Amino acid sequence: MSKIKQSYVKPLDLKHGRVEMSHGAGGRAMAQLIRELFAAAFDNEYLAQGNDGAVLPSVSGKLVMSCDAHVVSPLFFAGGDIGCLSVHGTINDLAMMGARPLYLAASFILEEGFPLADLKRIVESMAHAAKEAGVSIVTGDTKVVERGKGDGVFITTTGIGVLRDGISLSGDAACPGDKILLSGSLGDHGMAILSQREGLSFDAPIVSDTASLHGLVAAMLECGAELRVLRDPTRGGLATTLNEIAQQSGVGMSLQESAIPVNPTVAAACEFLGLDPLYVANEGKLVAICAAHDANRLLAVMRAHPQGSRAAIIGEVIEDSHGFVQMTTKLGGRRIVDWLTGEQLPRIC
Amino acid sequence: MKYVDEFRDGDLAKNIAAKIAEESNPSRSYRLMEFCGGHTHAISRYGIADLLPSNVRMIHGPGCPVCVLPIGRIDQAIRLAMEQNVILCTYADTMRVPASNDLTLMRAKANGADVRMIYSTQDALQIARDNPQREVVFLAIGFETTTPPTAVAVKQAALEGLKNFSVLCNHVLTPAAMHAILNVEGGLQLDGFVGPAHVSTVIGSQPYEVFAREYKKPVVIAGFEPLDVMQSILMLVRQINAGRAEVENEFTRAVTREGNRKAQSLVAEVFELRADFEWRGLGTLPDSALRLRPEFAAFDAEQHFGIDYVAVADHKACECGAILRGEKRPQECKIFGTVCTPQNPIGSCMVSSEGACAAHYTYGRFRKSVQ
Repeated sequence: MSKIKQSYVKPLDLKHGRVEMSHGAGGRAMAQLIRELFAAAFDNEYLAQGNDGAVLPSVSGKLVMSCDAHVVSPLFFAGGDIGCLSVHGTINDLAMMGARPLYLAASFILEEGFPLADLKRIVESMAHAAKEAGVSIVTGDTKVVERGKGDGVFITTTGIGVLRDGISLSGDAACPGDKILLSGSLGDHGMAILSQREGLSFDAPIVSDTASLHGLVAAMLECGAELRVLRDPTRGGLATTLNEIAQQSGVGMSLQESAIPVNPTVAAACEFLGLDPLYVANEGKLVAICAAHDANRLLAVMRAHPQGSRAAIIGEVIEDSHGFVQMTTKLGGRRIVDWLTGEQLPRIC
Repeated sequence: MKYVDEFRDGDLAKNIAAKIAEESNPSRSYRLMEFCGGHTHAISRYGIADLLPSNVRMIHGPGCPVCVLPIGRIDQAIRLAMEQNVILCTYADTMRVPASNDLTLMRAKANGADVRMIYSTQDALQIARDNPQREVVFLAIGFETTTPPTAVAVKQAALEGLKNFSVLCNHVLTPAAMHAILNVEGGLQLDGFVGPAHVSTVIGSQPYEVFAREYKKPVVIAGFEPLDVMQSILMLVRQINAGRAEVENEFTRAVTREGNRKAQSLVAEVFELRADFEWRGLGTLPDSALRLRPEFAAFDAEQHFGIDYVAVADHKACECGAILRGEKRPQECKIFGTVCTPQNPIGSCMVSSEGACAAHYTYGRFRKSVQ
C-alpha cells in the first residue's frame, strides 16, 4: 500500500448522484468511482493489485475463454437485473464448454446522467452473483458516453475457466440415436422482460430464470454420462440452439412437444402476444445431448439438482441430410421447428 | 392453460381424424379452402395435414392481411416515413413486407425513417399525444378484425382534437375476396370453405350465406385452435357428402349470425366503401376496401399528405398471386425456398407466418424432402 497521505475527497453521492462525463475521463473522478463503487463491491486480491491487468496464479488444465455483451431493457426486471445477468451469461458460456469458471473481467459503458444509486444496485448484484458462483471479478474498465448515446448501462463480461482432463463438448458432436435433454421450463427470462416492457401484468408475475449453471453442469459431468453437447438456449431460444447444433453436427432432430416444459403463465403470455416459447430467450437453462444409454441416468442427476428439477428428455437426434429439427405436436401432427427469421414479431390477428 | 389446452387435445384430435377418415368418400376428393391466415398457421403449426386422409386437401386462401397488401401501398408508407418525416406506426408483421427499391419498413427504419412497431392503435394515439410537434401516421391494415380498433382511434383523435394523427387506411373486406376467389377465371375447383374466425366475430355468419345460396359452397366458420379446424373439416365433409351447401358455425363460443353490432356501427360511422382497391394476387376489386368518411377527412393520411397510389408490378418469378387465389401451392413456385425464403422474402406470402409460403417453409418443408 502506498504511504502517501490521501487528501480529503468528498465521498460519491450514491443516493442522489449521477454519472458524469468525468467518471470516464481517467482522472480523479474515475479513480473515485472505481474505488468507492467497483473495488468496494468486487473486493478481491487480484483487483486490489490496481494495475492495468490482473496477474493470476497458474492453473493446470486447458483454459476456456468466453465473452458476452449485455444490453437488456429494462435494466431491472423480475428475477434479476443487468448486473447478475452479465455474470450468469459468461459463466454459463464457460460451463457449456464443460469448464469450471474462475475469473471474470467486466467492462462498463455508462450513459451520462445515469443514477449512481442504480449503478450501485447493479454492481452489488454482480458482486453477489459472482460470489455465489465462486468466481472473482479481477479486472475491468469504465467508459462514459454522452447522454442519449447509451441506454443507461451496457456491460460486457469476459470469463476464463479451466477444463478438466478428458472433457470435450462441442456442437458438432451430436450423433443419430443420442437423446436431447432440457434442464427446465422454457421462455421465463424472455417473457419476464417482454411482459415488463409491454406493461403486461399477470396474477402470478413471470420471473426471469437468470442463474449460473456451472453447479448443475459439474454434477452432470461428475456422473460420467457420455455427454456430447451442452448449450444454453439464450437468444433465439431452444429452437435456434437446436438448429445450430443440428447444422454443426450434420444431423436432424425429432422432438416431442408434449415433453417440453413451459410454465402456464409464460404459455399464456406467449399466447397473448402471438409468440412461440420455443423461440423465447432463457438465461438459466441448458440443453444436453448425450448417448441414449446414459440418458435416464443423466436425467436423474439433473432432476436431483435444484436447477434441473424439471429436466426432461425432449427428443432424439436422427439422421437427416437436411438438418431439420422436427417436432411431433401435441395434436399428433408433425412440423419443422425452424431457425428464427429476423426478430420474433407478433402476428396481426 | 385453461380454455386453450382443451382445444389442442391430442386424443380428441385423433377421434375427429378417425371420423373424417371414416366418413370421407375414398372415391372422391375434398378440396377445402381455409380463407384465413390464422387457419393456415394453425394447420401448419400443429401438423393437421398429417391427420387428414390424402383425398382431403386444404387449399390456403388469401386471408392474410399483409399478404394481400400490394407493393404500392407499402411504398406509400415508406414515402411518408422517409420524405415527410412522419412517425409511422404499424403492426409488426407489416415491417418486413418487401416494397420497391429493395426496401421494407424495417430497412427504411435502419436508413433513418422513424418507424414504430405497435401492438394497438392506442399506442399510436399515445405517440401522437407525446409528440405534438410531429405528424404521426398509423398504417392501418387488416380485414374486419382490425378495423374497429382503427375506428376507435379515429373517433378518439377527433374527440381529443389531435391535429397530428392520421391513418393510412388499407382495411379490406373478407366477403369481397371470397367473391373474387369464386369468380376466378376458369374457375377454381373448391368444395367448401373453412370460414374466418376473428373476422366472423365482428361481421357474424350472415355475410357468408350468399356463398352457400348462390355458389352452392358450404361454409363452416371455425375458431383458430387446431380442434376447431379439425371439427370444421369434419362438418364440411358431412355437408359435401349430403349434398348440402349451408353456412354452419363451429365457433359458436364467439360468433353469432349478426356479429358484433357495436363494432359494425362504429366502423360504419368512421369508414365508407372505396370504389375499388388493388389487392395483391386478386387484382383491383370493386367495393372491397374501406376509406375514411369525409367528416373524418382530417385524419385521412392519403388526403392530408396528398399522396397518390402508384401500382407496382410484383416480382416476375413470384407466384404469390396464384398462391393467394389457391391455384398453386407454395412448393410449385420456382423461387420458393431458393431465392425466396423468410429471411429474404420476394413475395408477401413469405413474410407473415400466416402467409401460405412462410407457413409451409417454416413448418412443413420437410414433407417435400421426405416424399
